[in-house]
Amino acid sequence: MNKRQFLKGMILFIPAGQLLETLARQAEAAGPGKPKPAKPDAEPDMGLGDYQPADHWYGMGIEIDKCIGCNRCAEACKAENDVPQEPFFFRTWVERYRVMHDGEARVECISVNPQQRGELQEDRDVLRTFFVPKLCNQCAHPPCVQVCPVGATFSTRDGVVLIDKDRCIGCRYCIQACPYGARYFDHRTSTADKCTFCYHRITRGLLPACVEVCPTQARIFGDLRSKASRLVRFQRMNKIGVLKPALNTEPKVYYAQLDGEVR
Amino acid sequence: MKFPEQVRRLAAVTAVVLAAVLVVRFVVIPASYFSTKLHRANAVKREVARPVSFAGVLACRECHEEQFDAKSHGYHKNVACETCHGPSAKHADDPMTVKPYAPRDRKFCPVCHAYDAARPTGFPQINPTAHNPLKPCITCHNPHDPVPPEVPHECSACHAQIARTKALSSHALLECTTCHTASEQHKVAPRSALPTKPQTREFCGQCHASGAANPDAPKVDLAAHGGAYLCWQCHYPHQPEGME
Repeated sequence: MNKRQFLKGMILFIPAGQLLETLARQAEAAGPGKPKPAKPDAEPDMGLGDYQPADHWYGMGIEIDKCIGCNRCAEACKAENDVPQEPFFFRTWVERYRVMHDGEARVECISVNPQQRGELQEDRDVLRTFFVPKLCNQCAHPPCVQVCPVGATFSTRDGVVLIDKDRCIGCRYCIQACPYGARYFDHRTSTADKCTFCYHRITRGLLPACVEVCPTQARIFGDLRSKASRLVRFQRMNKIGVLKPALNTEPKVYYAQLDGEVR
Repeated sequence: MKFPEQVRRLAAVTAVVLAAVLVVRFVVIPASYFSTKLHRANAVKREVARPVSFAGVLACRECHEEQFDAKSHGYHKNVACETCHGPSAKHADDPMTVKPYAPRDRKFCPVCHAYDAARPTGFPQINPTAHNPLKPCITCHNPHDPVPPEVPHECSACHAQIARTKALSSHALLECTTCHTASEQHKVAPRSALPTKPQTREFCGQCHASGAANPDAPKVDLAAHGGAYLCWQCHYPHQPEGME
């Protein structure tokens, strides 16, 4: 076969293949007793049972005045979600803010070194000090989803940003893009990882692990679509702030009594 | 307007290639090839299928109704069981073989209750080095219904040295409140609300003056004994018989 014959053949081959496929599909559809192939616009099975993702829109409320910095949330998260045990890998973590008399704000992550917690003595220069729990903000307009080159990270219908570990190529763009530093690189699987609001728990009607173990109810989880949810009540009763509102990411983690120094 | 021959040919070839690309993209390749639905559904499926390690309070309640009721009106009513006992879904599935963790030593409670300036005002905090050193918290506090212990346990939590001295003295059976009155505020802000101290010789005289009601206390004649000195200038009230 020479080049001319090959190209002629190709010109015929592609439409012929399409024609054959169409004929085969029609024959299959006409055949009795055979299941029809799934249409591309139908919702595929997600293993969710009766749970309807479109009926929910999840968020979390955090009351800063209630957080005692006990770090139970970060430890529970590691136990629930198989996060690497070494420090610096967190899906949720707690920061201690110390605003000094000269206006400087000092921030440290108390989840990193449990031994150093509580060693901090009274400091006359501290004007005010408090804890801020942090996690993925599950943005309605997530920058991490925009930058993913392979579409491995995506928003679900119920407002949770998930990562498809099979698609993720470990390029770390999303880790750079997240303005909240909520993502980390899981070196065991060479993929990005982050908080999922414990998606496997909330779809079964349980609370996320961090909310479950919080001893002071500083974290509140709820469905923003339901007017009776605790989160909607929390939003109604408190002055609400979100982190970095100027970025228009529309975070769904709402902070009550958010200090102006918190970034 | 006249285009040169080579431009027209090039335009024709470009148009054919473009048309072919469009046909292949929108007609030949089925839409499902570009759809993200299937692989995202698989990702969701994997995420949903992950095992749960925290069973949740309601699962604990099914068997441990008693502890649940004890906890339900105390200060720890909002603390979930698994906050202290650790992830217990395995225990809920197989209660006989898998037992959850129960913290009994001094390391656990200070995770929440050690003093930290960043903790909210009013949250009960202690200094673990000074507060009844080496004693497990559960000897004085019931973790399922924690209440502040009564006097003198309550006082000895901070004034341990005085309590130890007094416990060996002849004043061992006197409660701190016999001589001192401490307001509730003293427990929250010790230095801003100081407890009272006896001010006069007559206060000790209530037990130790000749003719006082208490038959066990040694008696002295207040008028003759010690002149104008106050009692505690010679006798240390927490160990009145003095060091041997």
